[in-house]
Amino acid sequence: MAEVKSNKELFNVSVSPHIRSKESVSKIMWTVNICLAPAALFGAYYFGLNAILILVAGVVSAVFFEWAVQKIRKKPVTVKDGSAFLTGLLLAMCLPPTLPWWMTIVGSFIAIVIAKHAMGGLGSNIFNPAHIGRAALMVSWPVAMTTWSKMTTAADVVSSATPLNVLKMQGHEALIDTFGNASNMYQALFLGTRNGCIGETCTVLLVLGGLFLIYKKYINWQVPVVMIGTVGILTWIFGGLVDPAGSLGFFAGDPLFHIMAGGLIIGAFFMATDMVTIPMTIKGQIIFAAGAGVMTVMIRLLGGYPEGVCYSILLMNCLTPLIDRFCQPKKFGARG
Amino acid sequence: MMKSFRGGVHPNDSKSYTASKPIETAPLPDKAIIPVRQHIGAPCSPIVAKGDLVKKGQLIATTDAFVSGNVHASISGKVIDVGDYPHPVFGTCLAIVVENDGKDEWVEGIPLKRDWQDLDTDSINKIIREAGIVGMGGATFPTHVKMAVPKDKKAEAFILNAAECEPYLTADHRMMLEQSDRIVTGVKIAMKALGVTKGYVGIEDNKPDAIEAMKKAFSGTGVEVVGLPTKYPQGAEKMLIKVLTGKEVPSGGLPLEVGVVVANVGTAAAICDAVTQGLPLIQRVTTISGKAIKEPKNILVRVGTTFEDAINFCGGFASTPEKIISGGPMMGMAEPSIDLPIIKGVSGILAMAEGESNTGTESSCIRCGRCLNACPMGLNPSMFSILGERGHFEEAVQDFNLLDCVECGSCVYVCPAKRNIVQYVKYCKAQNAAKKAAGK
Repeated sequence: MAEVKSNKELFNVSVSPHIRSKESVSKIMWTVNICLAPAALFGAYYFGLNAILILVAGVVSAVFFEWAVQKIRKKPVTVKDGSAFLTGLLLAMCLPPTLPWWMTIVGSFIAIVIAKHAMGGLGSNIFNPAHIGRAALMVSWPVAMTTWSKMTTAADVVSSATPLNVLKMQGHEALIDTFGNASNMYQALFLGTRNGCIGETCTVLLVLGGLFLIYKKYINWQVPVVMIGTVGILTWIFGGLVDPAGSLGFFAGDPLFHIMAGGLIIGAFFMATDMVTIPMTIKGQIIFAAGAGVMTVMIRLLGGYPEGVCYSILLMNCLTPLIDRFCQPKKFGARG
Repeated sequence: MMKSFRGGVHPNDSKSYTASKPIETAPLPDKAIIPVRQHIGAPCSPIVAKGDLVKKGQLIATTDAFVSGNVHASISGKVIDVGDYPHPVFGTCLAIVVENDGKDEWVEGIPLKRDWQDLDTDSINKIIREAGIVGMGGATFPTHVKMAVPKDKKAEAFILNAAECEPYLTADHRMMLEQSDRIVTGVKIAMKALGVTKGYVGIEDNKPDAIEAMKKAFSGTGVEVVGLPTKYPQGAEKMLIKVLTGKEVPSGGLPLEVGVVVANVGTAAAICDAVTQGLPLIQRVTTISGKAIKEPKNILVRVGTTFEDAINFCGGFASTPEKIISGGPMMGMAEPSIDLPIIKGVSGILAMAEGESNTGTESSCIRCGRCLNACPMGLNPSMFSILGERGHFEEAVQDFNLLDCVECGSCVYVCPAKRNIVQYVKYCKAQNAAKKAAGK
């Protein structure tokens, strides 16, 4: 029998409750990493060596910068919680596979040091760090950030443009021509065998990862559904109006294409659900997701860039505190 | 489909340690340490002095204040000290120490036989007040105060809170199985005093045997025994009322605002004893459990028995405990030592072994929103911890309804960052109260 404590010995007197669930921040972060991994691995396989270098550089440098900042600030080092790993991974997955790999490190510095730790560290950052990193690279090296892999398309044409780019510059007909026919195009978009950022192309693997996060209740299904739905509906209604080959009228857009092309899937499942930078209530998150969807469509159809997911989420991040203010839960027994 | 309340959590109920153990009577303590304050409200003043001889059930401390609860000797013997002693809730408190003379004699006049059917509301409430009955679920709100319906309010229903939603605790469960007569009589008396005909018994459905026993015991009385979904905090007064009657007690209001009075199982049994036999509240059934207890038990124990005596009656410690909790693991209080008296509100004593109480290491809030979904009161607990950490208690009170928090701990239970939200809430409430007091 173990020795019984005498009355003089004192026990731990922390405040209630004295039992906790097994959920933890690192469990959440590593689960998200695992859910992203298949799409990242597909990108590494599909785009080859430089993509692998970018992915490794992104993750390693992000973890290193987190470690270094916490050492310098004399804060507890939390690199094991997986959040810096996640930022690095997400950043790398949203970069073109031809980017000089060392630029990833610059992006990761901006993501971790500026967007995350200068704002107060995990939980206090207003903007999605990975997207800030990407946006910073976009304004710093616009040419490198919009130069894509050269790949032979179905029509035996060597192309170095993303599908969204082709649509923006040449129109829907030309777009389908690059894939041979429409069903080839949708298949390529679904499986990820198309040009684009390293980790954004493989729709099927991203959706599977996202569904697992929904199943684990780490993200709310409303966010991807509303954001993707908004983009789908708006591009269907207005997409045809701005075709460079001449207006096709209302309801002539290609929603399926807009949903699967570009970074919408990874954005809707993994960026617009980043709990730190989105509203806390379901109601707020739906507003956030709808707003991000509207802005994505506006940038794609009306703006100068072919793609708008990154900026739309960053813009909605600005509004998160405001949305939170107006979407507080209704308290029990509220009078009147 | 049974109605439910919003939010809540599902911790492991850990009741199997004691759920099947019949109530055992603990031996009388050599000395009983009886604090003059075992309730919410004004402390009592001792009316005995060192050296006096007292008998079991004798009034030893009282007050004229309405919101208070009389204190009686729980054993017979000699008063050997009146002074400050450790107290499970208030840290230290004036207590009357009675040395056991081994006779266990009742004070003259009790037990008596009284037919409660002949009594009117005032006399029942007077008996309850004199017997020092307080809410035995843990809150220790004086029962006669609860029963006193103001002229502008009307009671419509009585609810017996038999949810026992705190993990580990099984005292109410065992009482329902073993002492249903006392409970039924207590409920009938309370309903008569309140002048209500509608009664409910709410029991979580993880106790099917208790639901059955209560259904049998209450058959023909018009009292409805309802099995409730097992979800913490089902036994929180406002949640229980919502589920049983569909009514929401207004923010800041008492259950009487929706015409309801709620009392716990142990309280109902105490009402029965006081009214039918004239017995004051000097003992209670409590659960001694946790992995660090050798033989977890439900025990009937006299007020003033120390935690140590009760634990020794359960075989002592199986391992060195990390935490001693008075009450349940969700809302109970961690105690610094076992040198403390059991008072009327101690619904359980838990000795948590190393690792059993996993409070984790606090890190930054990641705004995941789990606490908002878990909060039964519809609040935003994350903001309490963030604002509390920075000392911004006024903003927490004004903008985030801090004062509506019932400190049930559901938010902390689900928090992946292991934020000690309840601690910040208590801190903010104390700061707010201090500021209010200073302003007057």
